[in-house]
Amino acid sequence: MSDTASDVKSIISARDLSVHFTLRAGWFANQSLKAVEAVDLDIPKGSFFGLVGESGSGKTTLGRAFLKAVPITRGSVQFADGEVDYNLQDLSKADLKDYRKRAQLIFQDPYAALSPRMTVRDIIAEPLEVMGLTSSREETDERVREIAAKCRLNLEHLRRFPHAFSGGQRQRISIARALVSNPDFIVADESVAALDVSIQADILNLLKSLRDELGLTFLFISHDLSVVAHICDHVAVMYLGRLVETAPTRELFAAPRHPYTKALLSAIPSLDPDHVSTAQKLEGEIPSPTNPPPGCKFHTRCPFVIDRCRVEEPALEHSGLEHDVACHRWRELAEDPIARAMSRDVDA
Amino acid sequence: MSLLTVDNLTLQFDTDEGRITAVDDVSFSINPGEVLGLVGESGSGKSVTAKALMHLNPGNAVYDPGSKIILDLDDGPVDVLSLKSNRDLKVVRGGAVSMIFQEPMASFAPAITIGDQMVEQLVLHKDITEKEATTHSIDMLERVGISDAEKRFNQYAFEFSGGMRQRAMIAMALSTKPKLLIADEPTTALDVTIQAQVIDLMKDLVKEFNMGIIFITHDLAVIAQTANRVAVMYLGKMVEQGPVRDVIRDPVHPYTQGLLNAIPKIDDLDAPLTPVPGDIPSPLERPAGCVFNTRCARIEDRCTQSVPTIKTYSKDHIGACFVTADERGAT
Ligand SMILES: Nc1ncnc2c1ncn2[C@@H]1O[C@H](COP(=O)(O)OP(=O)(O)O)[C@@H](O)[C@H]1O
Ligand SMILES: Nc1ncnc2c1ncn2[C@@H]1O[C@H](COP(=O)(O)OP(=O)(O)O)[C@@H](O)[C@H]1O
Ligand SMILES: [Mg+2]
Ligand SMILES: [Mg+2]
Repeated sequence: MSDTASDVKSIISARDLSVHFTLRAGWFANQSLKAVEAVDLDIPKGSFFGLVGESGSGKTTLGRAFLKAVPITRGSVQFADGEVDYNLQDLSKADLKDYRKRAQLIFQDPYAALSPRMTVRDIIAEPLEVMGLTSSREETDERVREIAAKCRLNLEHLRRFPHAFSGGQRQRISIARALVSNPDFIVADESVAALDVSIQADILNLLKSLRDELGLTFLFISHDLSVVAHICDHVAVMYLGRLVETAPTRELFAAPRHPYTKALLSAIPSLDPDHVSTAQKLEGEIPSPTNPPPGCKFHTRCPFVIDRCRVEEPALEHSGLEHDVACHRWRELAEDPIARAMSRDVDA
Repeated sequence: MSLLTVDNLTLQFDTDEGRITAVDDVSFSINPGEVLGLVGESGSGKSVTAKALMHLNPGNAVYDPGSKIILDLDDGPVDVLSLKSNRDLKVVRGGAVSMIFQEPMASFAPAITIGDQMVEQLVLHKDITEKEATTHSIDMLERVGISDAEKRFNQYAFEFSGGMRQRAMIAMALSTKPKLLIADEPTTALDVTIQAQVIDLMKDLVKEFNMGIIFITHDLAVIAQTANRVAVMYLGKMVEQGPVRDVIRDPVHPYTQGLLNAIPKIDDLDAPLTPVPGDIPSPLERPAGCVFNTRCARIEDRCTQSVPTIKTYSKDHIGACFVTADERGAT
C-alpha cells in the first residue's frame, strides 16, 4: 500500500479482500455475514505483523483467507515469497499443494490441538507424510529431529505422548509441527493466549528467534495488545470486518489515529496502580455483523461521530509513511488537543 | 475482627493418581470495603481456595483439621468448614457471600429467563415479595449498565452478548447485597474494552456497597487497577502478600519478581520479555522444600530441604523466601 516502502517486498498482498458467510440455520438463515470486507493489506516479507481487534472483528477469518482455508467471496490475495508468485483464487492443484507447505497455521490451544494417541514424533512428522515431502522414514526422522531442536524440544521427548507435557512444551510441539514443511509464511492465531505469562514470554522469544533464523514472516493474531506491542513490527487494527488502521508498531502505539485504536489502547490495564487514565472508555459492544450499521462501522460507539460518518464509509488512506487510517476526521482529530489527550499517554 | 479470616487452609484432593495438595497452609483476611487480589498461574489453587470459602469443593476434597475459615456476619462469626448440612450452609450461601465466575453461562440456567432467576434467588434468600424482588432486580440490571432493563429482564442468557451476560451475573450476585463477593477471573474471557467497563463497574459498586471482594485473576495489571492488597499463589502456597503498590514495585519473592519481568509492559516497549525458566510442576510432583525451587534462579541447598516460613519485610508486606528474607532482614 505504502508506495514509499515498495523496496520492501510484500509476501502477502490483499486487495478488496472479502469473505462473506451465508448463515444456514437459526434466526438469521440465508442472511449474509460479512466477516471480512474490502480489506487492502500488504504484509512485508520477514515482518512480524500483528492483527488486533475485539472478538468477532474478523481476525481469524482474515488469517484463514490467507491460508486459503475459507472461500474468498471477492477481491484477491497475492502470495510472493521470492520463489513463487501465486494468485490464491486461481491455483492449480499442484500449486495449491505447494502453497500448503509454504503457508502454515499455529493453533491457539495447545491442549486441544494435539492428538493424545500420537507420539510427539508422529505429530510433528504428520504434515511431511500427508504432503509426501520426504521419501524415507530416515529422512522424515532427520527432518523431525532438526526442527524439534530448533524449537528447543528435548529430543528424548519425541517418543512420548503429548499429555505428559505442560502448556509451554505443547505449544513448542505445535510450532515444530507447523514449521516441519519448511514454510515461509506463518499465521499464529492467538498462539500464546492459553499460556501463563511466565511461559508466554518464552514462546514469544522462540517465535522471534525462529523468524530471524529461518527468515519467516508471521501474521500474529492476538487480542492482547501488550504482547503485540512487544513482538510485532507492524500492526493492523480490525473492526467489524474492516481494516481501520495499519502502522509500524511504535508509531501506532505512540500516535494512534483512529478513534477505535485509541480506545483499544486506552483500555489496556496499566501495571502502575497509580496510573489514572485520562482516556475516555469505549461504551457498548461491537455490533452484530449480521446487522452492521451503515456508514463507518464504528460510528455507533465513536465519541467523534458526525453526520457524514453515519452515511459514508471511510476508505483506508495514507496518513503518513506506512501509516494508513480509515476515518473521515483523522486530520482534524490529529490537530485537536482534546482528542489527542484522549489517547493513551504512552511514556516516551 | 475481619469480615473474612482464613487460617492455615490446607486442602487436598483424592484423585485416581493419588492424593494431591491443592492448597497448602494459606492464610489471609479481608475487611469490609477492601479488595484482595489473588494472583497466580493456572493450577496454583486460586479457584479451589475461593470455593472453599463457600464450602463448594466436591466430595473428594479433604480439608486439614487445622484449617479455619471464619466469616464475621451480622449474627456473629461463623466457622464455614464446620457447617455440614445444607440448612447450616444457608448462612454463607444464602446471599451474604456471592460468587461470580469467568464463564457467566455457568451461573444461568439456560431455560429460565434472567429475571426469573434473579427473583427466585431473592425470594428464597431474602424476606421480600415477588413484586419487590422484580422491582429490585430490574433496578440492579440498570445499575450495572444494561439498557432496556425491563425488556432484558424477560430474556434468556443466550440472548445476551458476552459483556452483557457478565454484567447480568454481577447484577444477580450483588442483588442480595452480599458482605463478601468472590470474583473468579470475572474479566478473563472479555475483550479489553469490555474488561475496562466491568472493572469500572466493580470499583463503583465496592464504594457503594462497602463489601469485601476477593478478585481472582492471573493478570497482575488487572490487580494493579482493582485491588488494595494482593496475595500471590504458586502451587498451592501463598508466597507473597502485601499492599498492591509494595508488591508490584518492590516484590520480595523470586516468583513475583519473575512474573513481573515476564509481563509485556505497554509503557516500556524496550524492556525484554524474561520468562520464568522451566514449567510449573504437576501437583503430583510437588517439589520438597520451597515449591518454587525447580524454577528459582536463587536456589540454595536449604530451599530443597525445608519449607520457608512467612516473614515480614515491611508493614503488612510478607513473603516466604529464605534468600530474600536474609538479604533484607525480614523477621
Ligand atoms: N464458518 C463461519 N460461518 C459463519 N459465520 C462465521 C464463520 N466463521 C466466522 N464467522 C463469523 O464471522 C465473524 C468474524 O469471526 P472471526 O474471524 O472468528 O473473528 P475474530 O477472530 O476476530 O474473533 C464473527 O461474527 C463470526 O461469528
Ligand atoms: N475436584 C478436584 N479434584 C482433583 N483435583 C482438583 C479438583 N479441583 C481442583 N483440582 C486441582 O487443584 C489444583 C488447583 O486448582 P485450581 O484452584 O483450579 O487452580 P487455579 O484456579 O489457580 O488455576 C490443580 O492442580 C487442580 O488440578
Ligand atoms: Mg479469532
Ligand atoms: Mg481458576
